[in-house]
Amino acid sequence: MTTPGTPTATPNPAALPDALGRFGAFGGSYIPETLHHAVEQLASAYADAKQDPAFQNELDGLLKNYVGRATPLYFAENLTKHVGGAQIYLKREDLAHTGAHKINNSLGQALLTLRMGKTRVIAETGAGQHGVATATAAARFGLKCDVFMGTEDMRRQQPNVTRMKLMGANVVPVTSGSCTLKDATNAAMRDWMGSSEDTHYIIGSVVGPHPFPMIVRDFQSVIGRECRAQCLDQLGQLPDHIIACVGGGSNAAGIFYPFVNDVDVKLVGVEAGGRSTALGDHAAPLSLGSPGVLHGSLSYVLQDPDGQTATVHSISAGLDYPGVGPEHSYWHDSGRVHYTAATDAQALDAFQQLTRLEGILPAIESSHALAQALQLAPTMPPDQTLVVNLSGRGDKDLDEVVRLLGMG
Amino acid sequence: MNRIDELFSDLRGRDAKALMPFVTAGDGGLDTTARVIPALERGGASVCEIGIPFSDPIADGPVIQASMTRALDAGTRLSGIFETIAALRPNTRLGLVAMVSYSIVYRNGLDAFVRDAGQAGFDGLIFPDLPIDEAQPARDAAGEAGLTLSMLVSPSTPADRARRIAQACTGFVYVVSRGGITGEGSTLPAGLPERLQTLRDATDTPLAVGFGVSSPEHVRSVVSVADAAIVGSAMVRRLHDAAEQGGDPADEAERFTRALASGLIGSVGVG
Repeated sequence: MTTPGTPTATPNPAALPDALGRFGAFGGSYIPETLHHAVEQLASAYADAKQDPAFQNELDGLLKNYVGRATPLYFAENLTKHVGGAQIYLKREDLAHTGAHKINNSLGQALLTLRMGKTRVIAETGAGQHGVATATAAARFGLKCDVFMGTEDMRRQQPNVTRMKLMGANVVPVTSGSCTLKDATNAAMRDWMGSSEDTHYIIGSVVGPHPFPMIVRDFQSVIGRECRAQCLDQLGQLPDHIIACVGGGSNAAGIFYPFVNDVDVKLVGVEAGGRSTALGDHAAPLSLGSPGVLHGSLSYVLQDPDGQTATVHSISAGLDYPGVGPEHSYWHDSGRVHYTAATDAQALDAFQQLTRLEGILPAIESSHALAQALQLAPTMPPDQTLVVNLSGRGDKDLDEVVRLLGMG
Repeated sequence: MNRIDELFSDLRGRDAKALMPFVTAGDGGLDTTARVIPALERGGASVCEIGIPFSDPIADGPVIQASMTRALDAGTRLSGIFETIAALRPNTRLGLVAMVSYSIVYRNGLDAFVRDAGQAGFDGLIFPDLPIDEAQPARDAAGEAGLTLSMLVSPSTPADRARRIAQACTGFVYVVSRGGITGEGSTLPAGLPERLQTLRDATDTPLAVGFGVSSPEHVRSVVSVADAAIVGSAMVRRLHDAAEQGGDPADEAERFTRALASGLIGSVGVG
């Protein structure tokens, strides 16, 4: 479904964003003036932290001993045999502490919070994974934590609500709009407008105003750096394809970014195709949307002709979002990454296949990437390799899957 | 000359100040909006800010957000808003300012939006989520169409940036007071007079203060140091409550505006 845009003139796409937070035409900072100071302060704290070896050492230590990194690159032998074609490898972010890649970012931003001398963090969450990761980081560092979550998502992801509460976070139910991730994001931004003096907003994906898309990508890039080294070590070469699911796009940005200049490695982002291609039935802005402004940046979005945000649908609460990170829009238009979509049914099927064949219960989000791998692998020769970013584990989805499969 | 510039120039000539209520277009239906706007004028308003409803208004508080949800649920479309304004323009001398998320503007195309707003009869624009760093194309477009473009200055805006924003505004500068002013009697937020003085030193453009202004006492305090008082949530809440209780929002608009406007008297010559 990719429409290749104008080829970029930028010699090194890995050097983006520019000083204004632009990835080509996308990104920027479309925020109320009231937030400008907080965002500037964050940009400055991050620039400072990046230059500070002590900051990187502390983060590296936490990622190793607290999160359990490096996460394995696992050869899915049974799945490979079953579908035929390319060798399928899984980057096991599901094995990271708290069960998803989200913790990489939450810990990094929690350290930035301490660096800025702030005592409270807030977060938005859809599937609850980012909320859990942020509640975890807050517990670890003694920060006060409020997590905004749509009431529809609280219903779908009840175990994660309990986990957050047990870790001392306050879960704030959001009842406005569609009661899902975009509304939780609105609520968090609104809180931050009045609280930024002592509060840092830990955005969970590569979305929002500059510098958030850059910061979250950088913290998640540990996935791609590890994966690149593991491929060279285990395969003796880089993989042919890397596939990741894309909601806001943080796990995808994290695994893609260190490969952006490896032009022979094909990168594939998989959005939530939902139940049909009609507006309102999916959450695939790159595949089916157009550029617009949402939550502080210019990127592909799903909107009606007036500019009102469209309702979205996906069985995955983590992909159920009408926007996407601006760098993905840039990669989409430059043709560097191919974006496609997997339907609810395809994702559910992939979920079951991985569970049965490998004994690994993937998150419904990650199952979208798996679904694409199951389609792509048989079209590739057996001497080629394909890496799927298994961004999270599926325990949180059990109730919903049982309901959807009619097993209840 | 732009109507808003003319209006402030006239007020300054008389040592008088402006009341600028905000209403959400389509809250209660566009026919209600069409009756509310003239009622604001009868009550003593000089300028009306008309909020274009947006599904995800991160710059607005819960009262205005809820009003936007109601307006969208009532089927309010941009084209309908422009038609409503065009129909009432010949019958009102109010300055009409569209307050609209840049999400809506971008989707419709900046030039097309500004052109259509001007043709409908709007005199000015506020894009509350378009900071000065991104605003040059919008400033150019508004200038070409003869519309004012007001930007917001917040308490957290550093002084040199505040001066830069004030100098880039046309029509008036939108000065965000501290959030907690409602219910604090006639006390001005700490530091507001000093902030306003900084802006005064930087520009002659009128200064309008908003956020949390909800009573005649607030209006009196604000216009003792500024050129205009903006009343947003308090107006929106009252109009909705009136409708809920079976009353006429237009009557409430006139009544409440008249009460607020009493705060303009006695401030003459100050500031």
